[in-house]
Amino acid sequence: MHTLKYSTMSFLKYASLILGALAALLPIIVVFFASFKTKQEYAATSPLMPPTNWFNFSNYTKAFVDGKMLLGFGNTAFILVVSIVGATLLGSMIAFVLNRFKFRGSKLIMAAFLLATLIPSVTTQVATFQIVNALDLVNTRWAAIILYLGTDIIAVYIFLQFLDSISTALDESAMLDGASYFTIYWKIILPLLKPAIVTVIIVKGVNIYNDFYTPFLYMPKSGLQVISTALFKFKGPYGSQWEVICAGIMIAIIPTLIIFLILQKYIYNGFTNGSVK
Amino acid sequence: MKFSNLSYANQRKFIIVGFSALPLLLLIVFSYLPVINMFKYSFTDWNGYSKHMDYIGFKNYTRIFTEPEYFSVFKVSLYYFFATFVQMGLALYFATILSFSVRFKNLFKGVLFFPYMLNGVAIGFIFLFFFRPDGTLDTLLHALGLGQYVQLWLGNPNIINYSLAGASVWRYMGFNFIIFLGAISSIDRDVYEAADIDGANRWHQFRHIILPSIQKIVQLNIILAISGAISAFDIPYIMVDGSNGSETFVIQTINLAFKYSKLGLASALAVVLLFIVILVTLLQRTLIKEDR
Repeated sequence: MHTLKYSTMSFLKYASLILGALAALLPIIVVFFASFKTKQEYAATSPLMPPTNWFNFSNYTKAFVDGKMLLGFGNTAFILVVSIVGATLLGSMIAFVLNRFKFRGSKLIMAAFLLATLIPSVTTQVATFQIVNALDLVNTRWAAIILYLGTDIIAVYIFLQFLDSISTALDESAMLDGASYFTIYWKIILPLLKPAIVTVIIVKGVNIYNDFYTPFLYMPKSGLQVISTALFKFKGPYGSQWEVICAGIMIAIIPTLIIFLILQKYIYNGFTNGSVK
Repeated sequence: MKFSNLSYANQRKFIIVGFSALPLLLLIVFSYLPVINMFKYSFTDWNGYSKHMDYIGFKNYTRIFTEPEYFSVFKVSLYYFFATFVQMGLALYFATILSFSVRFKNLFKGVLFFPYMLNGVAIGFIFLFFFRPDGTLDTLLHALGLGQYVQLWLGNPNIINYSLAGASVWRYMGFNFIIFLGAISSIDRDVYEAADIDGANRWHQFRHIILPSIQKIVQLNIILAISGAISAFDIPYIMVDGSNGSETFVIQTINLAFKYSKLGLASALAVVLLFIVILVTLLQRTLIKEDR
């Protein structure tokens, strides 16, 4: 009796997991199938049918060349690297000051950073746009970079949390050796923050690569397209050529998939650490 | 003169000013100034580019609350709001089962989490493909003999918001799942063993061990998801441009500001939205504090 109940439970458990996995994968798999089909084949076959020729890359070439995906990858990479390096430096600097020194106004500054997490930035775009415009940054890559640095405070948060676990005894013993505060930050704290930096890279990296409205709103110029906006452009002219759009979708997804497969462990840890507030 | 030759008291001053200046400037200019300006604009009739703006008092606000077309989009948020609970339920369920011994655990974990990693536009297109007439969903239903349930998933205004909220659950579930999984894995294993000896079944263990230990994290995720639901933008905008009754509050605000040049009115809408989000967050935070 007990074993019967146990095996039914076990069956239900695996059935639900397989169902969940199918629900997660099927929408992507059908896109993957369609991306290899010819126009005629796409029109004639069911979306659930695999393509006849797995080596038909013509949709990919078309999407990559006509969609100027290389340009998109270039712009995305530039914005990604500058934003992440900037967020890491600025975030660790302010976190170092707030965590290590108590001074007049430090509580206020801390509160200002924490309070800012309550403001969902998509709601304030109406006014943010005017500021970015006044700074003459609209239609430059710096618009996105400065917004990723200025409005997403998650990095400060992560560093603050991590600094709590780095003992001040380390700072003090370095001071006995005559190290300056700058040396302490640069030579001791920053290297010890490595796990936190990995978290910042992952959380911010995923957010920036996947973000749509910042580049869409601030960098409409076609030479400045990133992956998101490059893909979005397929919507009009390729409206009926789903096999080409599907190839475009796969081109945007493949880098994510590769990074995910290589860095899986760090990614799970990154999101788990990044979210605990 | 070298920095390291300064006294520690002077170094301290330098470091405090030098290290906080830029981050603080960015915070003020890009997080707080927009909020302040938004309040200011909300009392004007500014179109967003002219040199001239008139203060018109509370006119924008009375318009929002008296003309139903502006506030009615708020009910679209309710679909995303309720979808949030489906999302939490699924995340909690999968996190719980995958915390115990399961074959292919890492595979399931990866597959369930992966959608969250994807590009927003790619997800929008994936679901356009999924929901289109004779697309994936319709084919699937026909194959399962459920052909009579086929709908115009994105064409029917009564159904579109369910479809879009479903896509939103697909996108964000993995995030909550991985957070819950992390929280559950930090529970001491011995507790389960003790419970096993006492004859507690899985449901008891979930109810009395897992749920209480991760309660705080679940609540926190609910807050995040709710403010996300209220400010839903990506999926309905990318997929259908807010058409067919799928326009959300944020889409309406952005369109009014940048398409119809009614920046004053859009600012008033954004102020209302910001208030609602902050209210929900504060409400939840106080509730959590009381629980503790």
